[in-house]
Amino acid sequence: MKKNPFAKRHIIETCMKVIMLASLILVTGTLGLILWTIIKNGIPAMSWEMLTQVPKGGFYMGKEGGILNAIIGSLYLAGGGTVLALVCSLPIALYLEAYLGESKWGSYVRLALDVLWGIPTIVYGAFGFAVMVSLGLRASLLAGIIVLALIELPIMTRAMDEVICRMPLEVEQAALAVGSTRLEVALRVVTRQMLPGIITAVLLAFGRGIGDAASVLFTAGYTDRIVTSLFRPTASLPLAVFFQLGSPFPEVRARGYAAAFILTVIVLIVSFGARLLSSRLGKYTIK
Amino acid sequence: MEPHIQVKDLNAFYGKQHVLKNINIEIPRNKITVIMGPSGCGKSTLLKTFNRFFELTEYTRLTGNVLIDGQDIYNRDVDVTEVRKVVGLLAQRPAVLPMSIFDNVAYGMNIHNMKKDRNKTREAVQHYLEIAGLWEEVHTRLHDPATGLSIGQQQRLCLARGLAVEPEIILGDEPTSALDPISSQNIEKRLIELKKDYTIVIVTHTLRQAKRLADHVIYMYLGEVAETNSAPEIFTNPKHERTKQYLDGIF
Amino acid sequence: MMQQKPSDPLSQGSGQTQAFLQTRNRRDRTARKAFFGITLIPVLLIIVITCLLVIRAWPILSSQPLANLMLGEVWKPTNEQFGFLPFILGTVWVTLVGVILAVPACLLVAIYLAEYARRSTRTIAKPVLDLLAAIPSVVYGVWGLLVIVPFVDDILGPFFHRWLGFVPVFSVTQPTGFGIFAGGIVLAVMIAPLIIAVTFEVLSTVPDELRQASLSLGATRWQTISRVVLPRVLPGIIAAVVLGASRALGETMAVLMVVGNVPSIPTSIFDTAYPLAALIANNFGEMMSIPLYDAALLSAALLLLVIIMIFNILSTFVLQRILGKARI
Repeated sequence: MKKNPFAKRHIIETCMKVIMLASLILVTGTLGLILWTIIKNGIPAMSWEMLTQVPKGGFYMGKEGGILNAIIGSLYLAGGGTVLALVCSLPIALYLEAYLGESKWGSYVRLALDVLWGIPTIVYGAFGFAVMVSLGLRASLLAGIIVLALIELPIMTRAMDEVICRMPLEVEQAALAVGSTRLEVALRVVTRQMLPGIITAVLLAFGRGIGDAASVLFTAGYTDRIVTSLFRPTASLPLAVFFQLGSPFPEVRARGYAAAFILTVIVLIVSFGARLLSSRLGKYTIK
Repeated sequence: MEPHIQVKDLNAFYGKQHVLKNINIEIPRNKITVIMGPSGCGKSTLLKTFNRFFELTEYTRLTGNVLIDGQDIYNRDVDVTEVRKVVGLLAQRPAVLPMSIFDNVAYGMNIHNMKKDRNKTREAVQHYLEIAGLWEEVHTRLHDPATGLSIGQQQRLCLARGLAVEPEIILGDEPTSALDPISSQNIEKRLIELKKDYTIVIVTHTLRQAKRLADHVIYMYLGEVAETNSAPEIFTNPKHERTKQYLDGIF
Repeated sequence: MMQQKPSDPLSQGSGQTQAFLQTRNRRDRTARKAFFGITLIPVLLIIVITCLLVIRAWPILSSQPLANLMLGEVWKPTNEQFGFLPFILGTVWVTLVGVILAVPACLLVAIYLAEYARRSTRTIAKPVLDLLAAIPSVVYGVWGLLVIVPFVDDILGPFFHRWLGFVPVFSVTQPTGFGIFAGGIVLAVMIAPLIIAVTFEVLSTVPDELRQASLSLGATRWQTISRVVLPRVLPGIIAAVVLGASRALGETMAVLMVVGNVPSIPTSIFDTAYPLAALIANNFGEMMSIPLYDAALLSAALLLLVIIMIFNILSTFVLQRILGKARI
């Protein structure tokens, strides 16, 4: 039974293990490389001005100003989109679980959500703009919010559905057994039980929304002022990155990197926040 | 006669839980040894240490030795795949591989490059299916998916598959617990036939099966070996209080 | 149920509880209807998006045969010449390169995580993959501009030119770094988390008994994986790859920033390309001035939508059968 490490199958085993580990390191290392690139190029251009001022005259030629307009705009866009998406997706997720279960209609709705999830955001953007043109509307915060809500809807719903599906059947049946209606089970038991998962889903969708550029490109427009009305166009961080990178002035490009850094930090905070919350809020959860 | 398997000072842990405590036993060659005991007593764990399946579970630790023909299978330069070739396993539920009946039996031989050509493989497949008592039932549909067999047939297929890598020891982890009485009987019959060529170790929780099969009995209680003796001795004259209670059906 | 039988002694509470029960049940029924209405949204949304794109693209789709549009090589909106072939090929090339680069590494990582890794490794790997999936497209674009484009220009390009330059697909004719290869690398990283996650989940459906059956015969881990595990889940892995490809097809901003955006038919992975999604993003704002331009761009969107929907539905069906539930 002595081991012969040079037997063909043991050599293959070792080689595969090495290649697999190398792939894992490659993937992890890529994440590190991306973050490092953004930090290295973003930090030098960061300043208090960037966060607290709107673009001043000559900003796009390297003069003074910041991207507060884009930061606020993005928070409004993604925040509004997330709220709007939540209003629709929580009922859908609850309905899928509480009333539909494994029924045919339920699987159609899930399929539809999966298909929606797969539709590229540029198509949503084009769709949104085409609707606006048909109605004679101009780019506005509201249009951006609606399109982002459409994009976030399937992400949020499927993520919620996934956690609600894991709801222990016994808990649900226990609630039904004491005479609750389905609605009461859905609102009182399921939402409480699945709160961490629901919050994680909301944050996940928010992160997606705030980072998306292709959808707000036509629908929300861009402006140097801080948006004050739902019906005015607004700047957004991803577009701030995109537009400034195209500039011939190195100072402006550097600000693009800084904007990318800010965007990345927001997304990372949201992502870690989701992780943290989901473990913190688990105390009402029956496992 | 030299015992086939010797266990010396074996201790096993799942995390912090001490599941096998100071096991010292010898398992005789060409006999059926039955490991009995109430559930949770560590009998399956003990069995898993014989083919180094114990280490498949994460966060486990093992001290002591398991010797097969005098060689410590936990020695650093022992090839675990060779150990598992020598020590076959018949699992609780039959797990047929997702391939044809023929390929199931041929699988192990291919893995170990045991047969040089297709004809030799074919002969071997027939031979082991005959030993497992399955040849008559399946020889017309050898290339059908093995999942089409009944669960009892599947277990015999697993037996044939295990025998095809030419082991010396067969472990059975409650190998009939998922089967109907007729299929169980069939498996038991095969095991009794096989003991002239193989050393067989069976874990069971049914006393009657133990009585039908055992030449030698290991009785375990709470991770320890409470008593070990030849079957007639232990069934008629148990020494240990727990064994007595177990045999009287108090558990 | 109980209130349907008034004779049932259990339901004969005081009048107040009876009324309360009725309110609760009425509320339940109303909610059921309202909830049902809301579930119509996703289904209707797909139909509305598709229909609207068809209607808006109709002027150009009806003006000339489909083959003219799809196989036309000339893109001159001012002359009303709308040949999509360069863009379609651009999309196909970039996606193919991305998928080819991503798949081997992704499968190996997924196999490693599912079959070899300890639980502690998995708990580290999961947030890494989540973060990769969370990074916004433009940030990938920035990374592509700053790292990948120079890397292709300085290292990969010369390397391929030197050793494989005689193969047309690898020849470097316009060395700038911008092009299909850079786009493909960025895409590969972007679709990796999805492919890994789905493949991992598919691998997790293989029962442990099967692995143990193979291991108990003395097979090595890799023999078990390659002969028992992978053949069983092959359809699921293909579905995971198709899903990744469909994600790559529609990816816009990151690709747009590194791919060059020149409407010509590429012949080498170092050529520039102009994928459909980038075409829409770059031109949609100004489309109003030229007749049919708008219809042309929306038919590009429609084309993307249809292809991606087909990919998605196919892979979802396969995955549903394997995972026994809908995919996340």
